Amino acid sequence: MEGSVAYDNDLNLKATELRLGLPGTHEEQQAVSSSTVRNNKRPNGESDARNETAPPPKAQIVGWPPIRSYRKNNSQPKKTESEGVGIYIKVSMDGAPYLRKIDLKVYSGYPELLQAVENMFKFTIGEYSEREGYKGSDYAPTYEDKDGDWMLVGDVPWEMFITSCKRLRIMKGSEARGLGCGV
Amino acid sequence: MFWGSRKTIDMNYFPDEVLEHVFDFITSHKDRNSVSLVCKSWYKIEKYSRQRVFLGNCYSISPERLIARFPGLKSLTLKGKPHFADFNLVPDDWGGFLYPWIKAMAKSRIGLEELRLKRMVVSDESLELLSESFPNFKSLVLVSCEGFTTDGLAAIAANCRFLRELDLQENEVEDHRGYWLSCFPESCTSLVSLNFACLKGEINLASLERLVARSPNLKSLRLNRAVPFDTLQRLLIRAPQLVDLGTGSYIHDPSSEAYNKLKAAIQNCNSIRSLSGFLEVAPCCMPAIYPICENLTFLNLSYAAGLQSNELTRLIHHCRKLQRLWILDCIGDKGLGVVASTCKELQELRVFPSDPFDAGNAAVTEEGLVLVSAGCPKLNSLLYFCQQMTNAALITVAKNCTNFIRFRLCILDPIKPDPVTNQPLDEGFGAIVRSCKGLKRLSLSGLLTDQVFYYIGMYAKKLEMLSIAFAGNSDKGMLYVLNGCKKLRKLEIRDCPFGDTALLEDMGKYETMRSLWMSTCEVTLGACKVLAKKMPSLNVEIINESEQTEFNLDDRQKVDKIDGPLSFTAPSGQETWCFYKVMIPVSKVGIAKPVVIMRSEKYTQMVTVDGHDFWFIGFVNYEKASV
Repeated sequence: MEGSVAYDNDLNLKATELRLGLPGTHEEQQAVSSSTVRNNKRPNGESDARNETAPPPKAQIVGWPPIRSYRKNNSQPKKTESEGVGIYIKVSMDGAPYLRKIDLKVYSGYPELLQAVENMFKFTIGEYSEREGYKGSDYAPTYEDKDGDWMLVGDVPWEMFITSCKRLRIMKGSEARGLGCGV
Repeated sequence: MFWGSRKTIDMNYFPDEVLEHVFDFITSHKDRNSVSLVCKSWYKIEKYSRQRVFLGNCYSISPERLIARFPGLKSLTLKGKPHFADFNLVPDDWGGFLYPWIKAMAKSRIGLEELRLKRMVVSDESLELLSESFPNFKSLVLVSCEGFTTDGLAAIAANCRFLRELDLQENEVEDHRGYWLSCFPESCTSLVSLNFACLKGEINLASLERLVARSPNLKSLRLNRAVPFDTLQRLLIRAPQLVDLGTGSYIHDPSSEAYNKLKAAIQNCNSIRSLSGFLEVAPCCMPAIYPICENLTFLNLSYAAGLQSNELTRLIHHCRKLQRLWILDCIGDKGLGVVASTCKELQELRVFPSDPFDAGNAAVTEEGLVLVSAGCPKLNSLLYFCQQMTNAALITVAKNCTNFIRFRLCILDPIKPDPVTNQPLDEGFGAIVRSCKGLKRLSLSGLLTDQVFYYIGMYAKKLEMLSIAFAGNSDKGMLYVLNGCKKLRKLEIRDCPFGDTALLEDMGKYETMRSLWMSTCEVTLGACKVLAKKMPSLNVEIINESEQTEFNLDDRQKVDKIDGPLSFTAPSGQETWCFYKVMIPVSKVGIAKPVVIMRSEKYTQMVTVDGHDFWFIGFVNYEKASV
């Protein structure tokens, strides 16, 4: 749209601009943020050098919109995926009479998830270590991933886990110990 | 009173202690300043009994001078950088350092108890010195400050034995992890207010719980993101007397025991009137707080990005007594309609953009504002970031709400006209100033011509602060304001076509103001020199941010920024001019360090008179005033 025209005016915004996007992306940003009003809403009024130029592209203006830096740096961007839908998965525990369901989205990481599962089934999972799985108890939390394989909970980053986990199974006894060792 | 008929006033009639006792009832800064002007005796009594001082600009007086003027100082409020520093318009190294103040007060053994700072640069060293120098120190409030780490906080925690308040609002703090909280000794039981919501790092949760458990007077607690749901629940059990709560992370499984425990704990907290936080939030957990919503007077969800419009409105339905609401624009116009129909006591509304850089998606328009104005007759303070505004809407708002004291509108797309009529928004803002006779603060946006300034000058007789961006056509605009707004104290302008004529037409006006900021306007260096020369009591600061390696001394050159009045102590190396602030040619690209030579005798006299801000551009009758 405005391209380089906006930069040839007295305001010389470019010299003082603080880039908000990655270098080289500003053309892209202008195309993306194409609000319809930009096209024909030139400022009217008395002749003034300013009026003859297009309004500066909004992504480029230093200090605009006037929001405190702290707020700008610390507000999370809007999430684009649908917020209302949870990721419900079945949770089974060896020896338990029935299964439960939980919403993985509610938890922010493994500790909360495991705590919740512990509470749900009234048991304790051991300490996780990369080398030896869950030590200190007869249980091991496992999950079925998209490929149909049974994996130990905790190996992959959380975000990856919640997208690939199809169901959860708390293994017990010798089967659990077998999974945790020598992998 | 009998002394009205005398020619000379004999204030020896009352002993000093009586007068001092009377002055104790005078708390407003302005009034105390007036008291000090009456006569020598009153000046002296007021001087020694004054405990609270407010400085709107930390450079308006030297620390040593302040201490000499008010040796009994106990509570100091300092503001540093100009307001537009919030928006990155002021160079980083502009100044506003706390250290010289602490050093001077420590040296003079001032009995400092309270310190409130805004937009200052606070080093760990200054916090450490503070914590070691004032045995009765009770209250530290830092707003939008920077330059310190959690090590500085550790010193405060460890050494301030009677600390009541540690309130950190929106500061940039370098986080060295959570040990600082453990530095509160076991003997510290005096905390009333603890706010560390802006800290980014981990917190020693066990220490936090113990600290809250041994603080029976704790009324205000605002947690940071690192404090999880479980801990919140345990804290609430220990502090059911809280009046102000800011949650940290608010995510859990609503079917869990922890959630039920929190629900129970919250129901016990029936003193909570102010709620904020939800820095991370699972919407399904919000029902736990519904029971306390009916008592809330202040709700701040402006950092709760995880809540969508429907969740927000569900929550708001419960908040019938709300007086102040800070919220994100994802609430939408419809959501604001719910606010309008529910919150009949609403006085202050702030709507922030959830996505500041993508104006096309701003979820509120003029419709939301109109709805709120219709439903909330007590509305008097507004900060509203929106996608668009129309004149018709502003006119309707002006009709509905005549009580505005603060009206700050930000249309995210600058110079956007009324989308319906394609006209500037002059008429709309004109209606606001005409209708709201008590308006003290106004921020404009959208497409605006000189006409809006005509209206402002004509009608905004009580206006004290005006913020302008990308507006106006000519010097006339600025002149309307300077001539018409008799009470104007702060004027900040960016990217407007106002130039030398406007700046210089009525220079005496600046003597009645606190500050003027102009950036990327049409003001030239020559005009600044004229201003500084003709008004020697003014302090004019010119900030040159161009990429020239050698400072161009051409008078016709436009200055990037001018603000004033401000003053700096002069380091060595000044240029030849001796009337006003001087520029040192920069050797590095970018910022020029401004320097001033102060004329200290006159300065001293000015200071004895005006206790209010110590901060005024000139004082016309200082001979009369100094006693």
